[in-house]
Amino acid sequence: MSEYKSVNEIKKDTKKNESKKIEDRGILNGLEQLTPEKIESVINQVINDETGARLKVYVDTCVHCGMCSKGCHFFLSLNDPKFSPAGKVKQTLWEILRKKGKVSTEFIKDAATVAYTQCNLCKRCAMYCPFGLDVAYVMSVMRRICHKLGVVPLYIQDTAHSHSATMNQMWVKDDEWVDTLMWQEEEAQEAMENLRIPLDREGADIFYSVIGPEPKFRAQLIFQAAVIMNAAHENWTMPSMPGWDNSDMCMFTGDYEMMERLKRRHFESALHLRAKRIVMGECGHAFRSVYDVGNRALGWKMPPIEVVHAIEYYNELFEQKKIKIKKKFDRPVTLHDPCNISRGRGLHEMARNIVNATCSEFIEMTPNREHNYCCSAGGGVINCGPPFKNARVESGKAKAKQLFAAKAKGAEVVIAPCHNCHGGLEDIIHHYGVEMELKFFGDIIYEILELPES
Amino acid sequence: MSNYDKWDWDTSKKKVADLSAWRERFPYIEEFRVSHDGEKVAAIVKNEDMEFTVCVQSEDNEPETWENGYDKAWNLQFGPDDRLSALVSDAGEWKVSTDDETWENGYDFIWNMKFNSNGNIAVSAQKELLYSVVNNDTPWENEFSRLTDMVISPDGDKTAAVVESVPVLESEIFKFRQGCYSIAVNGETWDRNFMNVWNPSFSDDSNHIAASVRTSYYDYYIVVDGKTWDKSFSSVWEPRFSPSSIEKSSITAPNGELLNKELHPHNYSVTAPVKRGGKWYLAKDGEIFWDRPYFQLWQQFYSPDGTKIAAIVAPEFGKWTIALDNTPWEIRFSDYLSDPLFSPDGNGVACLFKDKGKWGVAVDGKAWDCLFDMVWQPVFSNNGSHLAVKFKKDGFYHIALNGNIIDEKYDDLANPIFSPDNSSILVRGLQGSSYNRKVIKI
Amino acid sequence: MHNFYYFATGPLAWIAFLVFIGGSIWRFRSLLELARRKDSIVFEYMDTKFALRSIVHWLIPFGSRSMKINPTMTVVTFLFHICLFLTPLFVFGHVILWKENFNISWFTLPNAVADIMTFIVIASCLFFLWRRIKLADVKYLTTPLDFIILFIVAAPFISGFWAYHQFPGFATMTIIHIISGEIMLMAIPFTKLFHMFLFPFTRGYIGSEFGGVRMAKDW
Ligand code: HEM
Ligand code: HEM
Ligand code: SF4
Ligand code: SF4
Ligand code: SF4
Repeated sequence: MSEYKSVNEIKKDTKKNESKKIEDRGILNGLEQLTPEKIESVINQVINDETGARLKVYVDTCVHCGMCSKGCHFFLSLNDPKFSPAGKVKQTLWEILRKKGKVSTEFIKDAATVAYTQCNLCKRCAMYCPFGLDVAYVMSVMRRICHKLGVVPLYIQDTAHSHSATMNQMWVKDDEWVDTLMWQEEEAQEAMENLRIPLDREGADIFYSVIGPEPKFRAQLIFQAAVIMNAAHENWTMPSMPGWDNSDMCMFTGDYEMMERLKRRHFESALHLRAKRIVMGECGHAFRSVYDVGNRALGWKMPPIEVVHAIEYYNELFEQKKIKIKKKFDRPVTLHDPCNISRGRGLHEMARNIVNATCSEFIEMTPNREHNYCCSAGGGVINCGPPFKNARVESGKAKAKQLFAAKAKGAEVVIAPCHNCHGGLEDIIHHYGVEMELKFFGDIIYEILELPES
Repeated sequence: MSNYDKWDWDTSKKKVADLSAWRERFPYIEEFRVSHDGEKVAAIVKNEDMEFTVCVQSEDNEPETWENGYDKAWNLQFGPDDRLSALVSDAGEWKVSTDDETWENGYDFIWNMKFNSNGNIAVSAQKELLYSVVNNDTPWENEFSRLTDMVISPDGDKTAAVVESVPVLESEIFKFRQGCYSIAVNGETWDRNFMNVWNPSFSDDSNHIAASVRTSYYDYYIVVDGKTWDKSFSSVWEPRFSPSSIEKSSITAPNGELLNKELHPHNYSVTAPVKRGGKWYLAKDGEIFWDRPYFQLWQQFYSPDGTKIAAIVAPEFGKWTIALDNTPWEIRFSDYLSDPLFSPDGNGVACLFKDKGKWGVAVDGKAWDCLFDMVWQPVFSNNGSHLAVKFKKDGFYHIALNGNIIDEKYDDLANPIFSPDNSSILVRGLQGSSYNRKVIKI
Repeated sequence: MHNFYYFATGPLAWIAFLVFIGGSIWRFRSLLELARRKDSIVFEYMDTKFALRSIVHWLIPFGSRSMKINPTMTVVTFLFHICLFLTPLFVFGHVILWKENFNISWFTLPNAVADIMTFIVIASCLFFLWRRIKLADVKYLTTPLDFIILFIVAAPFISGFWAYHQFPGFATMTIIHIISGEIMLMAIPFTKLFHMFLFPFTRGYIGSEFGGVRMAKDW
């Protein structure tokens, strides 16, 4: 029965994981402002007003069978029962429901740590539980409670605050945004004469939106997108005013009122410009917020305007032969399927089409497609920042093994079409000494793109 | 646009510009803009020295560029008075230029050019990383570490914006929760700070400002002139003032300005969508005003005399319509609803909708038969009896009047404008390479 | 003794079936009502085609990756569930009771087959017990109630087998069997055993979300 690890085998690992202390000021200082009454009233408000049959069924139906354990890369990496999906429910909502909200601050501290930093909300476990119980949903309820209690890891809380004050994740000021676009436009004009990043163009076919970190840290991605759009002769635009950021940390802290405000602004930015559809950069969680979570919260069954992830868009460029390449990218590549767009939107086959159209040698990681492991960074976990970095990288051991296996078959480059995955994989590659290079699809396409005569 | 009634409503067709001449002359041309009266066409271009400038053309004239060239120019717009303005920069200094006349004061960056209905201009500005608003070339006296969401008052005398009234550093999350934001009016902040402030908006008489705020993660308020409503809600959307004056037999210019004004001041009130127990309601001056719960409710709007109020609502999840005085239309749309408005006489309500991927127009609870690929803000005639829209279908633009396509197809088109006497429509559009101005009799 | 037997097969049996059926209906209705009131959006995303697609994949042995990487559990749990469900329906002793009381009867399992199936259930319960004690992740999730339920489930099979094979004390054992069976029935609506009824809904919902919105497989 090699599928099972015995208790003894696992005990060692458990000991190791237990010794870690929380040192996050957001959580610790937040706890200081709590009283038992406040905890109880907030919990019961959330449970009574905001949850219903779904939570009840998820908690009551669970037969405690542990089939979900192997669905979770945390459990696979750490070998600790506390990290099995149902184990995380046990440490959070079981206890809360059993005690009807009468839990201690110590409990909230641990529950916040579990909910914010030990679950990527990747929903892989829902594919491993025979009942399809959605542990990510239960963790979101826990996060919602912590948000209302003001017990949120400092770094991600800060990004949520940034969203509320600036409508973007990175405190980018209104002028800095436009300035960055103009700067990237100018840079890109060296590659293509008279290239434009058209601002606020009404009636464009494509409203291109990005995440806050792009103008802040990875402006070259905007440059690359501009070159690709221009090479494909697209009628596209980007907005000059807030609403340009499609990312959403409020969705992950549990600040749903803010999430609604952000998504409304984003949709309205595009719709106000009468754009035909929103094309977004290579980001997973932002896509989820626009395509799945935010629209529902606002009352739309599906997004009010078509939203197209970069993968779908690039695939279309190749299918419709809108761009040409000079030659294929010639180093062997492997592909990381970001959960939010493979398990979240079924774009994994399109991603493979792009790989085949752009790269000469492709090596699959296993498991892949819907079953791919999360990079451990998703769901806002990487946004919880340095206090949790080591723990996060250790939870990426399963991912590291996957990468090593692909490398052993010859892969040199990992394509990861998601910002968060990039952050997460970068840390994993570094920590485990995987020595592989990370790229976006945009990087590869830009590198091999044949620029049209102007 | 004060002389809207004096525009040329007689000439049935003018060729304003032949754009092929432009294309020969300039290596680089941005989007074309057309003046409200349809007499001028303009665009940002690059001149012979490869500097950015603006080119303008009107009937029987050659395309003419501004004398000044710049390192960069953007945000070209005809103001409501049909003067042409852009944001321009020279050696890193940004200014507003109107008809090739630049402001005295320069900044490290300016953006969000706003006009009042007389064409008064305000912009948000940044200089040495401090932020303020510049109204008609006069900057606020106070500067802030952060500023956004600037609005200009209807009379053009005031500007307001959301400002960081207590400088807060990234990662100071507990300080942030104490409240570091407020509204500054002409540079003077309210004496209260909030965790967040959004959507400031002026009353018609320019004397009051309302906004949405939150003081904690679960206490959202509407605030009017710095004072919050008594009760908090779990969320709120944008507040709006009731019209502060009643206007009889008016003519509304396309910019919303009322011509032949006859003011009857009355007390203002403020309405806002508020969320309670997971459902949305319309509240007025702090009390629930529409008691019916909605899945979503926003963009409330008033009839011109302020007696009726309507809003975009979702009575059921994923089904959108208009509620007029808290009674939803029977019809429902799946995707989206936008640009709702009352007719000038207050008797009709129109909006745009998107249903199963196609756009359309709905008036008084009935959808027009024709569906479009895209459609722009609907326009009522002054007597409220006609409704026109610009729309796009199969790659071309058209005008639809009362549900029927009129006139030819266009490669580009501006929104239609009704004549003051409701007898004709001004159509401004590009056909092939000629930009035409047409007056079409209804 | 005889009286007790009649009580257990008469009134108590009626009560057991009433509690089982009534309790299940009540639980369903209260969940449905709660869902209508608080999670009405769930219904918007339910999609028969995708729900069935998911349910079917999860009812086929090794139809999901989860089952493939847990082969022992998969084999055991399928055998367990099949036997658990079919044995009481077709075991000779039960059909006789239906015949005597209501004059209806149907196919019965040959003795040997019934024995094997009963045995499979008991063995499976032992396997589940072993998992709960030996596997760290399952152990971590196990509550005392889980052991009790496991016992409640195993008891009618052990006692039924005992009684049928007329091992020593079988008369008492028959009564124990009947009562234990009745306890099990009555426990269903109020414990995690209710998963038998909720399975189509939880699976169907996640299947609809994966099929209709996420456009991905969930097996
Ligand atoms: C068809 C959908 C069903 C699925 C996917 C399912 C799944 C499971 C799983 C995963 C277990 C956990 C085994 C463990 O304890 O580790 C279990 C246990 C059990 N199931 Fe089901 N089941 C289903 C239907 C049923 C039905 C129809 C019955 C009743 C006739 C039933 C009765 C039981 C019992 C009695 C247990 C043992 C409880 C325990 O271990 O504590 N199940 N089932
Ligand atoms: C209303 C409650 C029940 C009654 C009255 C009842 C009655 C009986 C009787 C009279 C027998 C035959 C014993 C003999 O021949 O001496 C029997 C056998 C058996 N019953 Fe039940 N039973 C009940 C519930 C259950 C339940 C809930 C289960 C399991 C889920 C169950 C499983 C069995 C099994 C496995 C056998 C023996 C099969 C074999 O080894 O051949 N019974 N039962
Ligand atoms: S990280 Fe993914 S697999 Fe693990 S519990 Fe969270 S949602 Fe489930
Ligand atoms: S697989 Fe499902 S039922 Fe089993 S323990 Fe995990 S969540 Fe519970
Ligand atoms: S960061 Fe990437 S891998 Fe991780 S949850 Fe997001 S999409 Fe998945």
